[in-house]
Amino acid sequence: MPLFAGTAFIALIAMCVAVPIGLFSGIYLAEYASTKVRKYSKPIIEILAGIPTVVYGFFAALTVGPFFRTLGESLGLTVSSESALAAGLIMGVMIIPYISSLSDDVINSVPQSLREGSYAIGATKSETIKKVVIPAALPGIIGSILLAVSRAIGETMIVVMAAGLAANLTINPLESTTTITTQIVMILVGDQEFDSPKTQAAFALGLTLFIATLILNYIALRVVKKYREKYD
Amino acid sequence: MELNNSKIKIKAKNLNVYYGKKQALFDINLDINQKEVTALIGPSGCGKSTFIRCINRMNDVIDICKVEGSVEIDGAEINEKNVDVVTLREKVGMVFQKPNPFPKSIYDNIAYGPIIHGAAENKDQMDNIVETSLKKAALWDEVKDRLNEPGTSLSGGQQQRLCIARALSVNPEVILMDEPCSALDPIATAKIEELIDDLKKSYTIVIVTHSMAQAVRVSQKTGFFHLGKIIEVDSTEKIFKNPANKMTQDYITGRFG
Amino acid sequence: MTKEQRLKKRYRAEKRFKMYGLISVSLAVIFVLILVQNIFSKGSSAFSRTMIEVAVNYDSSLLELEGPINQNSLKDADFYDLAVESLLKIYPAKDSKEERQILRLFSPDYEFEIKDFLIKNPNKIDQIVPVKITASDDIDQLNKGNFPRDLPEDRRRVSNYQLNIYDNLIEKEKIDKKFNNYLFTKGDSRDPELAGIGGSLMGSFFTIIICLILSFPIAIMASIYLEEFAPKNKITDFIEININNLAAVPSIVYGLLGLGILLSVMEFPRSTPLVAGITLSLMTLPRIIIPCRASLKAVPPSIREAALSVGASKFQTVFHHVVPLAMPGTLSGTIIGLAQALGETAPLILIGMVAFVVDIPSSPVDPSASLPVQVYLWSEQAERGFVEKTSATIMMLLGFLIVMNFIAVYLRQKFEKKWN
Ligand SMILES: Nc1ncnc2c1ncn2[C@@H]1O[C@H](COP(=O)(O)OP(=O)(O)OP(=O)(O)O)[C@@H](O)[C@H]1O
Ligand SMILES: [Mg+2]
Repeated sequence: MPLFAGTAFIALIAMCVAVPIGLFSGIYLAEYASTKVRKYSKPIIEILAGIPTVVYGFFAALTVGPFFRTLGESLGLTVSSESALAAGLIMGVMIIPYISSLSDDVINSVPQSLREGSYAIGATKSETIKKVVIPAALPGIIGSILLAVSRAIGETMIVVMAAGLAANLTINPLESTTTITTQIVMILVGDQEFDSPKTQAAFALGLTLFIATLILNYIALRVVKKYREKYD
Repeated sequence: MELNNSKIKIKAKNLNVYYGKKQALFDINLDINQKEVTALIGPSGCGKSTFIRCINRMNDVIDICKVEGSVEIDGAEINEKNVDVVTLREKVGMVFQKPNPFPKSIYDNIAYGPIIHGAAENKDQMDNIVETSLKKAALWDEVKDRLNEPGTSLSGGQQQRLCIARALSVNPEVILMDEPCSALDPIATAKIEELIDDLKKSYTIVIVTHSMAQAVRVSQKTGFFHLGKIIEVDSTEKIFKNPANKMTQDYITGRFG
Repeated sequence: MTKEQRLKKRYRAEKRFKMYGLISVSLAVIFVLILVQNIFSKGSSAFSRTMIEVAVNYDSSLLELEGPINQNSLKDADFYDLAVESLLKIYPAKDSKEERQILRLFSPDYEFEIKDFLIKNPNKIDQIVPVKITASDDIDQLNKGNFPRDLPEDRRRVSNYQLNIYDNLIEKEKIDKKFNNYLFTKGDSRDPELAGIGGSLMGSFFTIIICLILSFPIAIMASIYLEEFAPKNKITDFIEININNLAAVPSIVYGLLGLGILLSVMEFPRSTPLVAGITLSLMTLPRIIIPCRASLKAVPPSIREAALSVGASKFQTVFHHVVPLAMPGTLSGTIIGLAQALGETAPLILIGMVAFVVDIPSSPVDPSASLPVQVYLWSEQAERGFVEKTSATIMMLLGFLIVMNFIAVYLRQKFEKKWN
């Protein structure tokens, strides 16, 4: 149980970072940015998705974790340097482009005629985006968020390196937590017998992870596909 | 006769419009009378849409589009920097070629405008606005039992009337219609024409159309555009019976190009 | 609320909303910059190495050589005594404790460095020659300014005595920096100053080659079949959904697959690029098939019709006309898939590539590490020297990824130009 809670918890922190930043970035790039800004900032943001996760793990463990600890100390809090917060935040950063690029795409595929209809009754740009464009693009956006969640659940290295290995059942983001993926790594690292109950537990966890992400991906892909058909 | 008595609502003076380097409108001068239907006709690509989009500054939305010259509504210039487009568009509604209802319920489609402009103080007022708008658009009887269904579930003609109702919901003074019937069948077209005839009692209407017959049926004044220039403007009767310009003659008799 | 107030409020909301967007984009870009800046500032110092110049007395009597002095006999000789003797002369020591501290200024390989110098310059025998010897990690970090000197002695890794020697050496200009070739030529080591990514570089190379050999042909064939020959029915629909789905399955699951099938059932050798390559190719396969199919789809039907109309068979049409035209697109997709595989860590950890391997692998069946695994391994080490080595490894890894992505983008642009 602590494992599932830990997984969900870190994924939640990650989504708290990635959804607002990713969504607003996608909206800005699709609706406001000049072609020049778009041309340069979109690939830069997409770099975030291309960086190997072990690099994020290193960054989280060596820079962000200790930073939070000193920050916490100065505020009088005890922050474990292997905290769920550091892992979740960095994972969120990694996921930003998954959301921003996909929502940028779906927002772009919302027909211009809907926007013009809204402008024509005197809506401002943001009103048009909030009340017309986003509702129209919603299925696609939800699909992109689901894909991002499945990505966060399956992410291993960042958590292994930054969130620690203690299976705590905690909702304190300043303590260390562990996730399904970390647990698999912990059990299977080093030499082991293949038929020990521990290894079997690891495989069972892997299977759970596989099925969970499969279901998420399936729903997400269906939603996105349906949406595409609607406006094609 | 009628023409001289009526008051000028919109006055375009020396209007030039460019898309990037390409000029789409050349020195347009056109007066549009109050509470009358003005039809704009002309071959495809001659700049009719571009012109009516100047009246509610819809061309602002297109990055590469540059508008020079003046458009006055009730004597007030609208192309100035300090003119607020939101208020302008509240006053000048628009209906598009293809019906474009929002992906919301029928009710919300109509309520959208009043909500953003803060026109209704409570639910009752809003219900009232929705009902009168739909009634004015001659749609109320068909949809009054299904206000919560999505606007996209209506037929094409109903959708277009929904869009007209949407434009009416914020109490505009002018309604611009860009080929509102081009996606509709004859019966739906007839309904909309009837509606336009009715609406001109309280609104100033500018309609772009490719159908000569429609122009004759609904409008009092007609302007003929060609290659971004206005060739002839006069009362509809005059234009179709006795045009001054040879090109107009050729176009309305279908001998064009 | 009056009309004007309301309008003002709406415009404020508009500004705010736009601002949120701008802030989000900026934040995302700033994250990239911070990350890159952080890695570069930590890693760039790894490309240099601190050397201490020592006057070495190549006294042949200390080497206990038998027979004539030549390359072979020197190779077998024990240089330990000779080395220690010369090293201890750099600074007076009053007891054996201090002597040990002097030796700890140098990397543990000093004996071999002194020996290699003589083998390269055999004529220097029985002479006193200045030789530059790699400094230990502590001195290296001290010299690069990464150790604060003002901590109390018991919290420092360098003693006061060693600091005195260091200052003395600096004064005599005996301390020098040179390009750190060890970083590229050596395998892993417990001592940061001697650790290199030579081993993991080769490991990654073999892994990617195997991954390429396995996944590219299969992916191409599968996408050609699915796109050009397969009937459009429920089964191919199902396959399509699953390919998309598999591309989004967490990589660690593929690691489990590799562990469960390749290692435990088929008993392939652990920790080898062979197993890593096979495992990663399973993961990469769907990720390559998707762009391959997309680029086949992008070839206009007119090309197919043109070929068919001059009497080419379906097979000839596909292989002579469609596939060559789609090639840049498929290659670009493959390179991006491989770039992802290159950065993959978790599945490799599961198949045991975390072993400590000093030797540089010479074939895909030698145990080895890979670049990202090396990052993971070194990041667990406490020594400050490993931080810069890890960062340098990341720089190399990112460098490879950037090059691969540029090639992919270049190919894709070339491909797109054709139709527009
Ligand atoms: N967004 C745009 N970007 C560039 N050029 C445009 C744009 N919109 C219109 N144009 C050009 O401006 C000219 C006038 O176009 P406009 O749409 O006003 O014609 P129209 O009279 O409405 O034609 P139709 O009857 O086909 O609707 C055309 O030559 C067209 O190519
Ligand atoms: Mg038009």
